[in-house]
Amino acid sequence: MRKSRHRFLAPMVAVSALALGLTACGGGDSGGTTADGGAVSPPAEKIKLTVGLFSDFHFAPLYEEFKKTHPNVEIVERRAQFNDHHTNLITQLTTGAGAADVVAVEGGYIGAFTPVPDKFYNLKEYGLDSRQSEYLDWKWKLGVSNDGSSLIGLGTDVGGLAMCYRPDLFKKAGLPTDRDEVSALWPTWDAYVETGKKFVAAKVEGAKFTDGPGEHFRAMVEQAPIGFYDAQYNIVAATNPEVRKAFDTGVKMIDNGLSANLAAFSPPWNTGIAKGTFATMVCPAWKTGTIKDQKPGEGTWDIAAVPGGGGNQGGTHLVLPKQGRHPKEAAELINLLTSKESQIKLFKEASALPSLPALYDDPAVSEYVNPYFGNAPIGKIFTDAAKALKPQPVGPKAGDVLKAIGDGLQRVDQGKQNPEEAWKQAIEDVGRIK
Amino acid sequence: MATRAPDRLAAVPPGKPTGPRRRRLQRHLVHRLDVKGSPYAYVAPFFLLFSAFGLFPLAYTAWVSLHEWTLLRDEHPFVGLENFRTLLADDYFWNATFNTLSIGVLSTVPQLLLAIWLAHLLNRPLRAQTFFRITLLLPNVTSVVAVVVIFSQLFGRDFGMINWMLSLFGVDGVAWNEGVLTSHAAISTMIMWRWTGYNALIFLAAMQAVPRELYEAATIDGASDMTQLRRITIPMIRPTIVFVVITSTIGAMQILAEPLLFGSYMITGGVDRQYQTLSLFIYENFTKLDFGYASAISWMMFVFIVLVAGVNYLITRRAKGGLT
Repeated sequence: MRKSRHRFLAPMVAVSALALGLTACGGGDSGGTTADGGAVSPPAEKIKLTVGLFSDFHFAPLYEEFKKTHPNVEIVERRAQFNDHHTNLITQLTTGAGAADVVAVEGGYIGAFTPVPDKFYNLKEYGLDSRQSEYLDWKWKLGVSNDGSSLIGLGTDVGGLAMCYRPDLFKKAGLPTDRDEVSALWPTWDAYVETGKKFVAAKVEGAKFTDGPGEHFRAMVEQAPIGFYDAQYNIVAATNPEVRKAFDTGVKMIDNGLSANLAAFSPPWNTGIAKGTFATMVCPAWKTGTIKDQKPGEGTWDIAAVPGGGGNQGGTHLVLPKQGRHPKEAAELINLLTSKESQIKLFKEASALPSLPALYDDPAVSEYVNPYFGNAPIGKIFTDAAKALKPQPVGPKAGDVLKAIGDGLQRVDQGKQNPEEAWKQAIEDVGRIK
Repeated sequence: MATRAPDRLAAVPPGKPTGPRRRRLQRHLVHRLDVKGSPYAYVAPFFLLFSAFGLFPLAYTAWVSLHEWTLLRDEHPFVGLENFRTLLADDYFWNATFNTLSIGVLSTVPQLLLAIWLAHLLNRPLRAQTFFRITLLLPNVTSVVAVVVIFSQLFGRDFGMINWMLSLFGVDGVAWNEGVLTSHAAISTMIMWRWTGYNALIFLAAMQAVPRELYEAATIDGASDMTQLRRITIPMIRPTIVFVVITSTIGAMQILAEPLLFGSYMITGGVDRQYQTLSLFIYENFTKLDFGYASAISWMMFVFIVLVAGVNYLITRRAKGGLT
């Protein structure tokens, strides 16, 4: 549920493009054949619900629980590879056939579906809007259609953001190594850059302060009240001062020699995690798995708070495509899968961070530590970040815009362009996004 | 192809066919059909498949390129040559064209020279001949993905073996994938690795058809090995060279997997599009589902391939040839 999912930005871009197409042909959908079948079905009738996921969500015990109250329902789970899963959903929505009754949509994709609420059942009609008060505000709003009329999805987990760092390199640079002291070093991104300057001044052999400014740029933009899209879902990347400010802070990291000029998920970046060619990186909860995969050794990396207060990457929503014949039962299933009891179970089973803040005080979450990261209390660090995040309108092409401007930062990092040229070209590239 | 049987059939005397004669005539008809029709039936599978998967897409792409065509939109308005007009003014298109030609030249020219030289070396009595010939083909059998992944590691900036070797000579930290020339060189190396041996084998096959007496006579006249290669071998295998040049050119114009994987799946071919080839540019627009534009690029690429292959054909054909 929290696996690395940003390494294939390109296919993701493709999917968001598909979704825009949906807007244009959304009108002709006939809900007539589908809507009545499930609503009127007598309780004794045998019903089969399919659940479409992109990995093992550890839902199996919850299905059993659901069957206790719904003995007539049979649940079949289908899984597909992450990118395929979302591309398939677009195709299924377009062609009007083949979608599962309940489908998982990851945070990077949900913005592609909220412009087309007529392709999904409105969960408000099944009483699920009563759950709003339980949810993190931003997480709830991600599942609401752009026009606000419909609730298309209910959140499962979130991917809180932190800053991973290497205590060994910090020690060499004469910086504190304790995670609370490290967190105190950078309440803001400017303070983060200042800390980086100290690190550079200490001239640590073979190590830069951070991997590259791209992920930082993303985190900064997503912390702002308005990012690449305004409240009416127009792209405002070129004019939003927050975007430019984030870009300039990224440039500052480059100019001061903080960046190792490595693109996240590239082979040298992977090697760098193990070999310690950079000392910090932006860390969504699921990136702890990526770090472990490179086998840097226990305690090599530690986790501190992210500058600027909060953040999120990833996390999933469950939606009901209009093709499903049993929306009532499917909505009840969603309600169960996202309930407080279920989310805490899933945290224990699958380390899926809950999206219900009431659970953050549960000892199971708040006292959860990870020995691989020096016993860092990751339950608390990541949920604090998720809690601090404010909602922001997410448009269908946010991934494309991010890539265009991120590429610009990398061009500066590679010394190909000066910041003004890079910004100008990035904004031109954003203008090409249709 | 089938002239004899019909002639004989025509010799059958006309008249009211009865009994055995009638049966004979029937047999003749079947035979005639067999002789005349069968060849077409035999070649039909290819041409049917080619029409369905080659010719039709080609024509349909041309049709799509004249429209503003997005997959999920129901109406596709006809825009004439608008896509081509946009394309010719698109800097990224010309950038991709330049990259394609640059990688094409960097990979094809050294590759073919090397292939001829290798073939020449193998075109003499050697121990374990088959072993050497099979070895030549091995890189071509390797999956392109494996080749690119390994070479990307070799060309790594921080931990790559090539930079390690260069560092022994005082050259430090070449970021192969960042520069235009360096990335083109890296990609060309991968292409050469895969295709040099394959082309060498084709050259070798052609060289073995060159009469031995020519070499013997040349040796008696005191011609050196290099002179023999230049004056005898190359002129004698010219048709093969023309063939290999054209196929290599077409192949080089269509390079996709190498730059795509070299950039860790970046469809822009580097942050500055420094190694985005035409195929990759088509792919980028295809993933945006801008099918009209992608089709226009495909057709421009087709035109370029025909042009470049034609020019190469003329050059290689006019190159001094024939024994004098």
